[in-house]
Amino acid sequence: MSVGGRKIDASGASARTRTSMSVGGQKEVASMAYEVELKNINKHYGDFKASDQVNFGVERGRLIGLLGPSGSGKTTILRMIAGLETPDSGDILIAGERVNELAPGKRGIGFVFQNYALFRHMTVRENIGFGLKVQKESKSRIRERVDELTRLIGLDKFADRYPMQLSGGQRQRVAFARALAPSPRLLLLDEPFAAIDAKVRKELRGWLRETIHKLGITSIFVTHDQDEAVEVADDIIITNRGRVEQAGTPLEIYRKPHTPFVADFIGESVHVPDYTVFKGFSARGGSEHPGIIRPEFIEIGLDDREIAMPLAAEHGIVRAAYFRGSNVGIDVEVKGQILKAARSLEKVPLQEGDEALVLIHRILSFEGGQAKTIANQSKRKESVVI
Amino acid sequence: MATSIMQNRMFSSDSRAKPELAPVSAETLVKWLLIFLSAAFLVVMLILPLILVGAEALSKGWEAYVAALAEPFAQKALLLTVEATVIAVLLNTVFGVASAWLLTKFDFRGKAVLGSLIDLPFAISPVVAGLFFIMLFGRMSPFYPTLQAYHAAVVFAVPGIILATVFVTFPFITRELVPVMEAQGRSEEEAAATMGAGGWTIFRYVTLPNIKWGLIYGIILCTARAMGEFGAVSVVSGHIRGKTNTLPLHIEILYNEYNFTAAFAVASILVFIAILILVLRNMVEWRTQNRRIQRQRPH
Ligand SMILES: Nc1ncnc2c1ncn2[C@@H]1O[C@H](COP(=O)(O)OP(=O)(O)OP(=O)(O)O)[C@@H](O)[C@H]1O
Ligand SMILES: [Mg+2]
Repeated sequence: MSVGGRKIDASGASARTRTSMSVGGQKEVASMAYEVELKNINKHYGDFKASDQVNFGVERGRLIGLLGPSGSGKTTILRMIAGLETPDSGDILIAGERVNELAPGKRGIGFVFQNYALFRHMTVRENIGFGLKVQKESKSRIRERVDELTRLIGLDKFADRYPMQLSGGQRQRVAFARALAPSPRLLLLDEPFAAIDAKVRKELRGWLRETIHKLGITSIFVTHDQDEAVEVADDIIITNRGRVEQAGTPLEIYRKPHTPFVADFIGESVHVPDYTVFKGFSARGGSEHPGIIRPEFIEIGLDDREIAMPLAAEHGIVRAAYFRGSNVGIDVEVKGQILKAARSLEKVPLQEGDEALVLIHRILSFEGGQAKTIANQSKRKESVVI
Repeated sequence: MATSIMQNRMFSSDSRAKPELAPVSAETLVKWLLIFLSAAFLVVMLILPLILVGAEALSKGWEAYVAALAEPFAQKALLLTVEATVIAVLLNTVFGVASAWLLTKFDFRGKAVLGSLIDLPFAISPVVAGLFFIMLFGRMSPFYPTLQAYHAAVVFAVPGIILATVFVTFPFITRELVPVMEAQGRSEEEAAATMGAGGWTIFRYVTLPNIKWGLIYGIILCTARAMGEFGAVSVVSGHIRGKTNTLPLHIEILYNEYNFTAAFAVASILVFIAILILVLRNMVEWRTQNRRIQRQRPH
């Protein structure tokens, strides 16, 4: 996968080399053959710019997550690839061919809609078979394929039910099977899990990821849930206000956010206007030092014994503690700023008003618009002394 | 099913709780008063007139009644009414479905204008609509010489009556379908399009089954209105007995001739058809509601 356009050009090149290896060691040239490619796509709704110079390419067999806040243009991108919306300018390529003028049904795509859009007056079987029927497949071939797919989604017993008689999760799977039935080369999924409750959603995520990888079909799914994107996608494309902010593997995006927006959007990020106020992060030239601190950069302890290097730690006051299922989230005030930390359930619980030691291991800084991880220096010194 | 049972349960426990709170409340008094008022209104405005129509029609016995109906002019009027209604309903079904489909499934310039234009026949008086056709096709019209040359009479002839009926009943089916189609959105059609279905296939297999009951309901309303249309038709008809008289016009003529029994006898046909349509309408309504309940997922 690669990303072009402003700001992100450099990363595009690096991403390209990386994914070319995943295809199986082919060289640069081979990796240029994207299954889907968007080139300088712009799209307006009236005066509103829904897509702004969108550029990216997806290699064959990859599962891509389009992640961004509500209204950032994710659905618009998906609909333009499908041909349900026409871009104002730019090119859409599928398997190397420009498809801008091609009707949706001729693009070889399967689309799973946000609300599934199952045909309400057709049974599960008729829904899944519709695409094949339209393409004038033989009855026996349709039956065979529908049986195969209902088994794949585990709904062979429900094949004669109507969509209204299915649960949300079951409907989602029918929509998935229906999109897959005509064997598209590209699968597009718009918030496939949005309408499903948390537990079923977790199961479905794993199921979808496995199934897509098993089938080897190139897929793009839209989500505004970063956990979902990280868990399911091979690569993530982050959108914001109609632009692509960054693209890369989940780990890359997490470790090296290219823009403050991405840094803020990914992870549980707290902005600090000047990180040099904290112990171990003294000034190093420049006048402004904005940074981001995430819970996993912080260790919080009740006293010396709980913190590995107490001398490098700040003193803070707990402002709030809330149970979060697998850990306790803590808002702690340090040097007049509220930081977010997480604490194991096994440890002595901290309460509002408690004094605590806060060790900041790392900070993500944004000097010169470039994200950089800065380690705590006094921590290093201390370890040398010991 | 499940939800209706739940609602029932909630409802019944609710009504059980109520008497404990307020044994004889002002609420129940108001309730009975309202029931009485609406019942009285119905009797005076609807039931009584219906009975009177029947009574007057039969006031000179069955023979006079049958004779009034069998009279050639009455037969002709009935035939013309049926003819105009059938043509109007057929045309408006096609127009109605097409315009509702346009208004809900596509975005285009002038969509709002089209929407208001379709409502026009609701807004203007039928008499004005009739005059409009006289202006368009009558002696003052620039088309009149051409029409004359081809011996094609529109005004004061059957085509005018059909045109007026079509015009007046034009919005019914569109207005019935637009909310249904709007609520259903476009995504099913879009899904079908991504699977390679063309326009006709999408309409035939996706849209039409979804709007079927709304369409039938609209057709019923349109039929009822077409049969009873008086104002516009009266203007363009010219009241030529046996040629351009529809049932409502025929009734008026009989009435003006103080032939009350015959007038009411013919009117009873319209009343009978109206009741038939009402029953049909209720069946369709019952049917759609039933389907909605059936489709509720058993939990
Ligand atoms: N048909 C339309 N007409 C006008 N504006 C539209 C239309 N479709 C989308 N928009 C606007 O374009 C922007 C992007 O919409 P889009 O649906 O692509 O967002 P999204 O990223 O999918 O958001 P969400 O996560 O809420 O689904 C939004 O501000 C939306 O209001
Ligand atoms: Mg969306």
